[in-house]
Amino acid sequence: MYDSHFPILVVVIPMLVSFVVPLVGMWNKKLPFYMATTAMIASLATSIGILVQVLQHGPISYRLAGWAPPWGIEYYIDHLNAFMTVLVCFISVLITIYSQKSITQERPDKEVHFYCILLLLFTGLLGMLVTGDMFNIYVFLEISSLSAYALIAIGDEKAHFATYKYIIIGTIGACFYLLGVGYLYIATGSLNIHDLSTLLPPLYGSKVIVVSSIFFILGLGIKMGLFPLHTWLPGAYTHAPSAVSAYIAPLMSKVAAYVFIRVLFTVFDIRFSFETLPIMEILGWVAAVAIIFGSIVAISQSDIKMMLAYSSISQIGYIVLGLTMGNREGFIGSVLHILNHAFMKACLFAIVGAIIYRHGTRTIERFGNLHRTMPWTSAAFAVAALSMIGLPPTAGFFSKWYLVLGAISAGKWAFVVIIMISSLLNAVYFFRVIEHVFWKPRSGGIDLPIERNEAPKSMLIPILVLAIGILALGFASHWIIEMVIGQTTPAGIL
Amino acid sequence: MENIFGHANYFIYIMLMMIGLYGMMAKKNLVKKLVGMNIFQWSLILFFVSIGAKDGGTIPIVEGAHGHGHGADLLIQASHYVNPLPHVLMLTAIVVGVGTTGVALAVLLNLYKKYKTLDEDEIIGKL
Repeated sequence: MYDSHFPILVVVIPMLVSFVVPLVGMWNKKLPFYMATTAMIASLATSIGILVQVLQHGPISYRLAGWAPPWGIEYYIDHLNAFMTVLVCFISVLITIYSQKSITQERPDKEVHFYCILLLLFTGLLGMLVTGDMFNIYVFLEISSLSAYALIAIGDEKAHFATYKYIIIGTIGACFYLLGVGYLYIATGSLNIHDLSTLLPPLYGSKVIVVSSIFFILGLGIKMGLFPLHTWLPGAYTHAPSAVSAYIAPLMSKVAAYVFIRVLFTVFDIRFSFETLPIMEILGWVAAVAIIFGSIVAISQSDIKMMLAYSSISQIGYIVLGLTMGNREGFIGSVLHILNHAFMKACLFAIVGAIIYRHGTRTIERFGNLHRTMPWTSAAFAVAALSMIGLPPTAGFFSKWYLVLGAISAGKWAFVVIIMISSLLNAVYFFRVIEHVFWKPRSGGIDLPIERNEAPKSMLIPILVLAIGILALGFASHWIIEMVIGQTTPAGIL
Repeated sequence: MENIFGHANYFIYIMLMMIGLYGMMAKKNLVKKLVGMNIFQWSLILFFVSIGAKDGGTIPIVEGAHGHGHGADLLIQASHYVNPLPHVLMLTAIVVGVGTTGVALAVLLNLYKKYKTLDEDEIIGKL
């Protein structure tokens, strides 16, 4: 009976719960965790319901308060955002279960507010995914960014300065996005994505449209952490509490990447993005530089969170690179990489959080003998690292495979070489960690008795689910592409 | 000249935006950066309000206004009304701006408590 209201329920449930959490938290400090988990599981169930509906009956259009589309706000869900919604909900549930022990140890006084703001962040991300209205995306973008600022600020002693940097740069990004919306509104008088996509094509010659597209790319590039605009990202990911890193790193930049795809392929169609302006040509090279830059800087880091943050910058490069190929393989590679990278980064940051929880260190040199003290965590790390490098049968191999196929059929051999080189660089920095985890003795603590000191179950189970997920996604990738991702390719891409 | 004065709002919006960007990039004091950020955000609001504004336009309430009652008249009179949508959008943007400023000030307060300074270089030196 309620299934026609799923698109709004998926956003409203976590939002309402987040308002109740601080009230309940005043008399019981334990309850907010259970409330947050329940709300996220409810959203996950709803989002799966949406995905099933979309797979069976095609895209869903939901009118808020019954107002017809160009005037009212429309929630429009097709294969791409239905799939992204399930991904965000799934990772959120796992990381929330994971966060309980971690946040209690790192910030014991902030639990209640942590879950309140985490739910708001979750609301913002889901809202950006389900909505079909350009201004609505801005509002949800700011809800998610403001919550992210607050969550990062409760991190370690350098977190405040990193947060301040993120606030300044993030606000510029959001304002550029808003300017882009404004210019589109001047030219067309509409804010609805699908209305815009029919109104815009006759206007492609106009300078207003060109300026707005550039504002969109700059604004969303900042929010994604695309290479020259990435400066906020390493500090924010590194100094946030470990549960927050494990939540923000896989999800926030991916959702911004989704909006990027929406703007470049649905609002502006493929003709504009590839022919009117050389946007894709330039973005392709920017992404290529991002891939190499991120990998090289990651090699020189001794702090594992910093290393993973720079590796994120290079992975965002992969996602953008696939979009610029202009063919079906490249696009599928990008969307598949959004999925795989969300799993890999969630798994890796969660593992780092577990290591910090037990050993209190994130310096790679001090990871010696970790496979003896934390065997399951180390095994999960090996799986995620191999997937980041791109070895079959892990998930990371398949998205890189599609990216390479896309580059070959686009005739861009330079990009094939760049993907290969960066895989080698990935191997360099992940094998360095694997070497310390599995083969090196622990430096400093001489002859400490090596006792098995595995992470608590509530942290270990999400990590193992994510690691198994990486393998499962690898085996199921053909099926996922056929059922879901294959349907997401925009019109005009062959 | 008419081109400049006719679009004065838009020239001022660009100027404010550049002042804001300059403040955020060039100033070393973190509060001045925040002031720059606010100028930047408010310049956008000027821009959006200018989109909807109209010389001699009236408030967009159809009920009881001149020309009400006849469908054809309404269509003709539509050009007399100010476009309310960009103004309404800016109500949301103002709220977002206040929220961002609030979060930034809270972070600044914590930074000052910890480092006893708000100068960017000094804080980086103490990190």
